[in-house]
Parts: sequence; C-alpha cells; structure tokens
Amino acid sequence: MSRLRTSIHASLLLLPAVVLLAAFTHVPAVRTFIGALYTTPRGKRPAVFVGLDNYRQLLDDPVFWQAMANNVWYAALTIPLSVVLALVMALAVDARLPGRAALRMAYFTPTVLPMIAVANIWLFFYTPGYGLLDQVLGLFGLPETNWLGSRDSALYAVIAVAVWKEAGFFMIFYLAALQTIPHDLREAAAIEGASRFTFFRRVTLPLLMPTTLFVLVNAVIGAFRLVDHIVVMTRGGPDNATALLLYYIYEIGFRFWDSAYAATLTTVLLAILAVLAAVQFLFLERRIHYR
Amino acid sequence: MKFFTQVRCAAAALAASLTLAVTPVSAQTTVNMYYPVAVGGPITKIIDKMVADFSAAHPDIKVNPIYSGSYQDTITKVITALKGGNAPEFAVILSTDMFTLIDEDAIVPFEELVPDADKAWLDSFYEGFMLNSRTGGKTWGIPFQRSTIVQYWNKDAFREVGLDPEVPPTTWDEMVAFAERLTKRDASGNVVRWGIQIPSSGFPYWLFQALTTQNDVILANEAGTKVTYDDPRVVEALRFWVDLSRKHKVHPEGIVEWGTTPKDFFEGKVAMMWTTTGNLTNVRTNAPFPFGVAKLPSKVRGGSPTGGGNFYIFKNASPEQRRAALAFIKWATAPEQAAAWSIATGYVAVTPAAWETDAMKKYVAEFPAAAVARDQLDVAVAELSTHDNQRVTKALNDGLQAALTGAKDPAAAMKDAQAEADRVLRPFQ
Amino acid sequence: MSIADRPPGPIETIGAWLLGLLWILPLAYAVWTAFHPSAYATRFDLLAPLTLENFVAAWQAAPFGRYLFNTTVIVTMVLAGQLLVCTLAAYAFARYRFPGQSLLFALVLMQLMVMPDILIVENYRTMFALGLVDTLGAVALPYMASAFGIFLLRQTFMTVPKELEEAAIVEGCSSLGVLWRVYVPLARPVFVAYGLVSVSYHWNNFLWPLIVTNSVETRPLTVGLAVFSSTDQGIDWSIISAATLMTAAPLLVAFLIFQRAFVQSFMRAGIR
Repeated sequence: MSRLRTSIHASLLLLPAVVLLAAFTHVPAVRTFIGALYTTPRGKRPAVFVGLDNYRQLLDDPVFWQAMANNVWYAALTIPLSVVLALVMALAVDARLPGRAALRMAYFTPTVLPMIAVANIWLFFYTPGYGLLDQVLGLFGLPETNWLGSRDSALYAVIAVAVWKEAGFFMIFYLAALQTIPHDLREAAAIEGASRFTFFRRVTLPLLMPTTLFVLVNAVIGAFRLVDHIVVMTRGGPDNATALLLYYIYEIGFRFWDSAYAATLTTVLLAILAVLAAVQFLFLERRIHYR
Repeated sequence: MKFFTQVRCAAAALAASLTLAVTPVSAQTTVNMYYPVAVGGPITKIIDKMVADFSAAHPDIKVNPIYSGSYQDTITKVITALKGGNAPEFAVILSTDMFTLIDEDAIVPFEELVPDADKAWLDSFYEGFMLNSRTGGKTWGIPFQRSTIVQYWNKDAFREVGLDPEVPPTTWDEMVAFAERLTKRDASGNVVRWGIQIPSSGFPYWLFQALTTQNDVILANEAGTKVTYDDPRVVEALRFWVDLSRKHKVHPEGIVEWGTTPKDFFEGKVAMMWTTTGNLTNVRTNAPFPFGVAKLPSKVRGGSPTGGGNFYIFKNASPEQRRAALAFIKWATAPEQAAAWSIATGYVAVTPAAWETDAMKKYVAEFPAAAVARDQLDVAVAELSTHDNQRVTKALNDGLQAALTGAKDPAAAMKDAQAEADRVLRPFQ
Repeated sequence: MSIADRPPGPIETIGAWLLGLLWILPLAYAVWTAFHPSAYATRFDLLAPLTLENFVAAWQAAPFGRYLFNTTVIVTMVLAGQLLVCTLAAYAFARYRFPGQSLLFALVLMQLMVMPDILIVENYRTMFALGLVDTLGAVALPYMASAFGIFLLRQTFMTVPKELEEAAIVEGCSSLGVLWRVYVPLARPVFVAYGLVSVSYHWNNFLWPLIVTNSVETRPLTVGLAVFSSTDQGIDWSIISAATLMTAAPLLVAFLIFQRAFVQSFMRAGIR
C-alpha cells in the first residue's frame, strides 16, 4: 500500500476516536484554560477579560486552600491504605486458606456497588447513637461520636469509605500478578531455607512492581476523580472539612454558577494531574528499563 | 398529465382533511412542576393526589409533578435546566432564591399574569410570607409550603424530671435550665438523652436566624445587597448556640443532622427539638409519647424566620402554559386545598381564609398545636435572602459550622463569613 | 505437598477472615435493614420478622423501573460505542505506520488521567450547544472514546502474528476485512474483559449523569437513588437500604453468578 493510502486508511479508522476525544477531552481542556482568564457572564452582563485575576482570587480563597489540603491528605491516606490492603487481601486469597472463594467475594463485593449505594450504607453506619458503628463501640463502653459532623473525624470517615470501596478492586490486579509468579521460584526458595517473609520481600515484592505502579496510577486518579460519596454523605461539610477539589468545582460550577471560577479551579486540578502523570510516567520508564 | 394533477389534488385534500380530523379541538396543555421535599412523611404521595384532584377538575391541563430532592437540589436542578434549555414551566423553590432567579432573568412577576380584576388575590396571603415574595413593587412568588420554626418537647420526659409537662420554656435562660434537668447520663457518664437539639446540617443559617431574631438583630437588608453577619448581637446569638454544647453540655456536639432530628426525638435521644412546623404531622404520626408544640423562646423578643417554598412561574413557559400553571397555583392555594395541605403536613396554610374553613377549624379544635406556627407569624421576620443567595448563605453556613465544631471562635467565624459575603455581594452594591 | 504449598498458619487464617468479616459487614447491615421492618433497623433481634415491604415502598416511592431501563440503555450505548470506536482506533495504532503516530497516541493516553468527569463544566456547555442536555445520549457520548480501551486493544492487536494477517490479505481481504476476520476473533477474551469492566464502571457512574440529566426519563439508577435518599426529608433507613440494594442488585447478582468471569476480566484488563 502506498503511504498516502495508508495515511488515509489510518485517518478514517482514527476519525471517530479523535473527534470524540477532541470534543470531550482536549477542546474542553483548552477552553477551560481560556475560560479561567475571563469573568462569568451573568444574565445580561457578558464575560470580561481579566487575565490572571481569577487566579489571584483563588490564592485568597480559604475554601480553595482547605479543599487542596483535604485532597492532598485524602490522597495521602487512601492511596497507601488501599494499595497495602489490596496486597494483603491478594496474598490472603492466593494462599491456600480455607474458604478463599468466600473471602474473595467479601473483599471484592464493595467494588461492584455504586459509590452512591456505598455512601448511603456508610451514612447509616455513621449515624451518632443508633448507627452500627456507635452501637458496636457502645458495647465497649465508648461514648457516641458524631463521625460525620465533627471536623476532626469527618475526613477520616470519608477516607474509610473510599478505602473500603477501592481495596478490593486493586486486589484483583495483585491476584493476577501473584498467579504469574513461577511456582519453581517458591520451591527453590523453600529448599534454600528462606523464610516466607524473606521470599516475599526479596522476590514477590519486586516482581509485583509493575502491578503496583499500575495500581498506584489508578489510585491517584481515583483520589481526585471519585467524589460521589462527598455529595451524598457530607456535601463538603462540616465547614468544608470534607471538600475535595472536584467537589468544590462541582459546587462552584453547578450550585453557584460561577463558571469562570470553576474553570480556574479545573485548570489547577488539570495541572496537578499533569504533574502526577509526568512523575509516574518517568518512574515507569525507569522501571521498564530496569526490568 | 391531467390524471396526475387530479391525483395530487385528491391527495392534498385527503391530507388536509385527515389533519383536521386528527387535530384535537381543544389541546391539553402540559406543564412540568419541580418540587422539593424537606420534611418527613409521604409528601410525594400527597402531591400526586393533589395533582390528580386538580386534573379531575381541570381536564384541559396536565400537571407533571417532578420530585427534585431538597431545596438546594431543586434550585440547582432548575437553574441547570434553565441553562440547558429544557426548564420546567413552574416550580416550588425556596422563597429566598427570589433574587437569584430574578438575576438569572428566569421568572415572571405575577402582576403580568394575573388579570386586573384578580389582583386582590395577590394580597390575600399572610403578610409574613409575602416578605420574601415581593421586591421592586412586584410579586415574584406565591406562598405554598411555608413555615416557621417551632419547638417540640417530650411530655413524658418533662414529667420524668419533675417539670410541668404542659409548660415549655419561654426564654433562653429557661430553655437552658430545662435542658440541664432533661439531659440524662448513664453510669459511665455518657449522655443517653440530650436536653435540646437544634439542627445544624445543610442550612444552619435558618435555625440560626431564629436565635438572631430573638436577640433582636436582622441579618440582611430588604434589597438583598448587604448582610450584617459580624454584628455583636449576631455573635452573641452564635455564642449562645455554641455554649449549649460546650458550656452547658445539654446539646450534642458538632453538627446535628436535620434529617434525623425527628427520629432522634422519637427514639428519646433528645427531649426538646427545634424544627419546622412542616414536620408536625410526621411527629404526630410517629412520636410514641405525648408531645407539645410551642413558639420558640425569646431573649429580647420572640421570633422566628419564615421558611419554605413559593411557587414561581418561568419565562420560558408559553402563554397557555403560564395560564395553566397559574390555574394550578390558584387551586393549590385556595382555602380548602390550602387547609388540606396544611393538615396533611403541618405547613402553615398560607391565607387567613384557609384557617376559616370548617375542616381547618375542626382540626385546630382537636389539635391546637397546628395553630402555633401561624400564631408565631406575629413575631416572624423575613428569611435571609440576598443576591447570589446560595453563595452568601454558604458563607454564613460555613461560619456557623466552624463555630459549632469548635474550629473557630464565634466572633472570628462571623468576621470571616462577613468578609466572604461582602466579596460575593460587591457586584450588586 | 511441598514446603512451598504449606497452608498458612492459624493466625493468618483468622486475620484474613476477620478482615473479610469486617469488609462484608456494611453490606450485611444494609441487607439486614432492608429485609426487616423499620423498628428493627437499629435493633438486632435475631427473631425479628422478615419483610419485603421496604422494597415495595421504595419501588413505589420513585420510578426505579424507569431508572433501571435508563441505566441499561446508557450502559449499552457506551459499550457499543466503545467497542466500535476503540477497535478501529486500536487497529490503526497497532498495524499502521503514519506520521505523527506517537504524538497522537500520547494525546490519546492523556484521557487516562483527564477523564470527562474532571471537565464537567465545559462538557456540560458542549452538550448544551449540541442541544443534547437531558438525553440518554448525552450521558453516554463523552465516554465512547476510551483511552483505556484503545490502549488495551492496541496491546492485544500487537500480539497477533503477522502471518495470519498476510494470509488473509492473500485471500483478498480488505484492511477492514482483516480486522474483522483475524484480529477481532483473536481478541475476543479481551473484548469480554473490557466489556465487563466498562459495564461495571458505567453502571455505577454518578457525577456526570447527575449534572447532565434532569428528568425521570433520563436519570440512571445512581442519580435516582441520590435524589430519592436526599437526607432532608427525614430518613427511613429501612426504605433507603432497600432502594440502595435495588440499585446495586443487578450488578451484584451478575457478579455473584459470574464471579470467575468478572475476576478473570479485571485481572486480564490489568495484566496488560
């Protein structure tokens, strides 16, 4: 085939994907950058170019900084917790434990539930006094706690929900990777008298590195993308203690209709994701060479 | 050629006659109505029945009631729909969102819809409810599910601690004193019943406005362009609320959930609660003990903000649709229907005439609690309402939640709230 | 049994089981609440009567049947669109050489990080401009070009031996014919895997449908559930639990029946 024909064929094959991606990813991203440089049109007042004014407003906005701090803290806790738990679960299911099929089901079930359903269930769980958590703690004589209604515990409560939902999902990837570890390696290590823990540290963990990276990428994306539970459980409260960046964007964009400020916030979020993507991509490159 | 011309003529005639046959002589007008639910009880069923009754009386109008969540959800959905080009024709929305809807150029003033002969109808509602329905000399909303805040108390609990079960607290000090006696602790010191509970989730500003009214201070001006969150009397009211949990320890700490407060009351976890009169029928149906309802206690004066939703008609509705919507609104606020709605829910029937109907008189005779919220209208004030209302009230909500969770001192919290509100309102001043 | 296959000790077993129990507890609690009358929602009397009235009440309180239909249509549209668009694009990336290929692929991969959910404000504007707000198509459209799908299928296609393709060309197949006759059948397990992952994801999607739908005719189950359980109306946990289970049920039941396939699919999707 001539190069021209090849190019035309390829273009046609790629056309639907390119059009859709451009329409819903790339063009909106560019328009967001541009939109952040204008004011919000309201009723009869058109948008006005204001350069970096919106960003200045952003820097002065205590709620933005709260949302950033929340999101960083949220990511810092959900990502390691869910990844480590996923690994632990995968090891448990992979080992010849009695009842592993049931265990696997127990660990994975939260993943197939919609986050909204999960949020409702946990909302009930957390109700002070007669919610399940307080009832169980009450058996130990502990006082009732307002889990979602006090700033100290609200974010942790929400983190627990996210970890509960995501750990099972990551477990599957670890399970797949564990099952590709050659049996002979285990035999050899056992014969040489290596303890199971040493085997785990020296052999399993490094072999799981690519999976860990894949899982980390998903976990990072999830930490910024998944805000369904915030919408249902706390609506960002109390006093923005559980406001995550995307939730704040949703509030600004769809409750207050301040589209310019929402664009500014979205730009910041995009920048964060871009930086994280770059970091992970570079890390990945090094690892691939390493392997 | 002549043959085909004949065929074409015949076809045209046939088509024309068919069209004429199919076009209904009187078209049925369909109107969509978004409405929120903020109280317990089978409200959607009640609304559905109302719509069914209306349809029976007006077969040429079809009303589609669409439940759209809470008040905040509803205004969000309405504005989203407006911007998306498929707005409903009318809706029940918080009376305080009036300025926001006007700024979005979304609603039609009722003076334009109501023929001159009928203008008296606009004046037939309680003045207290019209405070949040009129501006610039025009009427933008018609009261529907309106309320004031009332205090409910558990008579059995009062009896248990030696208080007269028929006498509620009438001042702030009395309320604290009663609550101290009512708060029950178990052997290890954990509270099993709180004395008083004032919800602070979602829209704490409304409950707070009762406290500020009782302390004789107004939060916003009539034009909706300025707020006074940092007034010393406002801070004093907030400090009182915070002290209930932190100093007197008669009120749960942290944020108290609006939706579960009635259930807490039923379960005996709290002896006195402040909530809307719209929960009255819910409490009456579900409380397993005798309960009392009374006006809120006073400090400098008594008082409560009004609350609840008005009917608004949107500009995108065609003239027939506007007429249809208006017909429903008039029907729903007519004395018999307003009385029925009030009895079914506990909301205050919106016209004095409704209270004069036989059904209502009978109901009040056997259940005097129903009239409490209406009687409180004498000392009621307009609910907090400004331009860009959602954002300005969020500033106050955040400040209140910060103080109630102990993150900020009341004075600092209100100062920050004032600063944020000023920033948002600047373009409107 | 060799040393390596020795089953784990009792401590590990108990630990794993405790974790499993902890993990299933919230769902078990929801099941308890949904099947017992409201009075028993917070009291765990083992002899409490079972009832289906919560499900009946929930079903009557909101049009869950319609929501189920909407969700099914949306998920089907998304999957159909994805299979079409991603297969064609993956084929182009896998088997064609053209200028700007790497750059284009990098741009495609951008979507892995920048999902349509992040750009909700602008995407809403686009839908409005297209006049598609509050339609089922609007919910599905942004997801049809999936970078994950393109990536996955490209990897799969790249493992197909060239000889098979050459054989098909010799038999007179056009390039689309080669795709249909050679690549697609060989990639079937990956298609199934991807299909299950996509359905799971989009069945549970919430934020975008929340914004772009307004009416009962277009709302999926997740949004319907959120509207229904709006906490301002005084929460009856039994009914909300019933509604929650109904929303989660289709996927949950499918998962319980096809557990192996589900797990294998997610595993396969991940290994690549």
